This record gives sequence, C-alpha cells and structure tokens, in this order.
Amino acid sequence: MSDPAQKLILDELGINRTLTRLAHEIVERNKGVEDIVLIGIKIGGDHLAKRLAAKIREIEGVEVPVGAVDITFYRDDASSKSLRSAAQPTEITFEVEGKKVILVDDVLYTGRSTRAAIDVVMDFGRPKWIQLAVLVDRGHRELPVHADYVGKNVPTSADEKVEVWLKEIDNEDKVAITGGQK
Amino acid sequence: MIWKRKDLLGIEDLTVEEIELILQTATSFKEVSTRVIKKVPALRGKTVVNLFFEPSTRTRTSFELAAKRLSADVVSIAVSTSSVVKGETLLDTAKTVQALGTDIVVVRHFCSGAPHILAKALPMGIVNAGDGMHEHPTQALLDMFTIKEKKGKIAGLKIVIVGDIAHSRVARSDIWGMTKMGAEVTVVGPATLMPAGIERLGVKICFRLEEALKNADVIYLLRIQKERLERNLLSSLEEYHDFFGVDTERLKIAKKGALVMHPGPMNRGIEIDSEVADSAQSVIDDQVTNGIAVRMAVLYLIDSAIEKGRRKAK
Repeated sequence: MSDPAQKLILDELGINRTLTRLAHEIVERNKGVEDIVLIGIKIGGDHLAKRLAAKIREIEGVEVPVGAVDITFYRDDASSKSLRSAAQPTEITFEVEGKKVILVDDVLYTGRSTRAAIDVVMDFGRPKWIQLAVLVDRGHRELPVHADYVGKNVPTSADEKVEVWLKEIDNEDKVAITGGQK
Repeated sequence: MIWKRKDLLGIEDLTVEEIELILQTATSFKEVSTRVIKKVPALRGKTVVNLFFEPSTRTRTSFELAAKRLSADVVSIAVSTSSVVKGETLLDTAKTVQALGTDIVVVRHFCSGAPHILAKALPMGIVNAGDGMHEHPTQALLDMFTIKEKKGKIAGLKIVIVGDIAHSRVARSDIWGMTKMGAEVTVVGPATLMPAGIERLGVKICFRLEEALKNADVIYLLRIQKERLERNLLSSLEEYHDFFGVDTERLKIAKKGALVMHPGPMNRGIEIDSEVADSAQSVIDDQVTNGIAVRMAVLYLIDSAIEKGRRKAK
C-alpha cells in the first residue's frame, strides 16, 4: 500500500507505543483504575478501548470493564455521507451510574461524535465524570470539546482526511493522511 | 448498502440486501428498547401520523411507541370516526395530514394499493401498515427478525404457514419475504381458503396439517376470522380446529424446538390450543416486542432517505 497520496503518521509499532503511553497516563492521572470504565466509540474506538484495557491489565493487573457505543441514532448529521455503515448495537453491560467513564475514539475532529457519544452514555446513567482519550487529534473543533489523553496531535487542513486502519477490521495497523493538495 | 426508499409499501419489491439492512438496523433498536431510557433522538422534530382506515390496536400501538422511542411527535387518526364519514377522499385526507407538517404517514387501509396511491402523489414518506388483502410488510419483517433471532438464520428453514391464506396480507408478505431470504415455505389450510395460483410465489401447497408439519422449523398460525363462516368458506370453527388447529400432539410432529408464531390476536381453541400458545416453543410475545424495534428501523431508514433527498435539493 504505497499510495503516494498517503502520508504515514503512525505505523503498527507507533500505534502500539502510543497506546502503551495512553494506558500509563490513564493509570497515573487517576491514581489507579478504581471505578474506571472504558467506552469505545464505534467503529474504531471500540477496538482501541479493548487494547487499552489489555494494556491496563498488564500495568495494574486489574480488569477494567469495556463497553462500546454506536452514535448513529444520536448524530446531528445523520443524513450526511459520513454515515458510511449501518447502525450497530451499543454494548454497555455494566452500571454507568457513579463510574469514571473514559470515552475512546480513533480521531478527534469536529467534536460532534464526542458530543453524541456523551449523550448515549448519559442515557445509561449519570457517571461521576467523563474523560476522552483519542489516538489522533487533528484539530478543527466545532464544539467545545477537548481530549484528556491524546496519542498524537496532527495538524491538518480541512480538505485532508485522517484515516485509521486497525487489525481488527482492516488486517493492518496504521494512521495516514490522505487527500488534500497534491 | 444505503437505504434509498422514502416509502415502505410491500415486501414484494424489496431486495434481499434491503431486508437485511432493516433487520440489522432493528438489532440496534432492540438494544435501545432494553435500556432504562428507551429513547434515542434520531427523529427529534419530525412528525409521524398514523392514518388508520381500519380498526387496529396492536399495530397502531406498536408504531406509536416506535415513533416515540425515536423522539418523533406522533398522532394517530382513526379515520372511520372522522372525515371519511363526511365524504372526504383518501387523497384529500392525506393532503390535510401533509399540510399539518407531517414527515411520515403510517397508513392502514381496507383497499389493496391505497398506500401506493399516496406514495406516488405525495412527497411524505409512506409506510404500509396493512392494505386490504395485499401486504403487511412490517409484520413480515418482525416475523423474519424473530426467526433470525431465535434460529440464527432464515435460509434453509422449513416454514409452515397455516390457515386462511386467501384473505391474509400477513401470509402474502411473509411468503414474499421468507422465500426471498431462502426459506422453504409450505402453506396449508382448507381448500376454500387457498388462493388459486399461490404456488407461483414459490411455496408448496398442502391440505393436510400433519403432512406439512413434518420437519418444520417454524409453524406460523394465521388468525381465523369468524366472518369466513358467514360466507360459507368454513362449515364450523370446530371443524377447522379438528383439521388445522395446532395442539400439543400435532406440535410433536414438527422438529424439536420448532417455533410457534402468530400475528395476533389469537383465537385460543381454534387455530391454536392454549398449551401450545403458552409453551416454551411459542415466540408470540417476542414477535410483539420485536415489532417495535423493526418499526423503529423502518421509520429511521425512511427518514434518512427523505433527509438525503432534502440535502440534494438544496
């Protein structure tokens, strides 16, 4: 896959190192993982949440509950072309009430997905607080949303796309910028 | 796969991919229905009107709850008690509903094809909730959803539909859907209630229940309407029960763990015995529960197609 229009941001090793750092940051900032639950935003964030949970288990020896939210029915742009796949069920099988929720997403862009994901979580209960962990922050926020844990800051222009490939879906791990001015 | 239809008029014109998309979307809505807060904001600000020209409690309530759980505003109009009595035409009634700012109309009508007329004439989304003896697409979709949920698949299953095939829009929609999805469908019932040429829809015909039930994975019982007696299509309900009623003995002929289904309301002691209706094999209550999720999926997909059209027009 040596598409000249692709600019590689993170390769497999890079993603793995970044997630290891994020896991450490989560444990450090919260002085452990008591009452912490990870909730990934589909599709992409759910796999990253599972990987983070595995790393936290290695670090702390504790199993952190992992859930996933599908934001399709909560989007403010449900008819736009960004809706590329059919809705999938939300999977939150644990109590959210009073928990410290860390939302996990692959790319933070406008902040609209985060807003929608917060609404989904709130429909399950009232968490103690919600934080946000992302693999890539590409800027261009349209809502007052910020990430508490950032894998990599990637300045982009609006006509570029940040694409994430994950082994669980795409058989390889990488992050690249595509499109933009050639 | 992107949903493009602004209307759901019948199962006959749907592709396998479209049916699968509805069923998949319904899986997500079923999850929503298990939450403490059984509501998502997907249709916030949209208006859904149930326009029913035939009495109905079950389907109407199911559509009402589906619309409400999508956060739409919903009103139900029972037309037998309103303007039609005063001489208003179908199209004028629907135009009035449109002028109220309605986005989607769910229509049930005693004439086959009534929803199709509205769909052609008006920009609103139209969902057929049963038209004459033609189709009842959301019933077939919730039936297929329930079978898939319980059996993991539809293709390859032997499904037996028992009863008044001739007058049943449920049977017609189910036959279209289940055969498209690869099931082997057999219809069984008295000859007087078997429509001519039904085999052209790809089903087997059988006149003996015991024979049809052999190796059945799903037994689908239709409601026997007492008015068929008046037209001499049945000699008595007792006789129907003797030949086509499903009791525990006949249930044993089918495969172990075969599903028993019924669109409701049931006539206990006629097409179905109480022990069968209340048995572990009966999924009749699941059908009702799943009906809401499937109707949410249909309303949601239709709304997404209408919204797409609006964006394009801009």
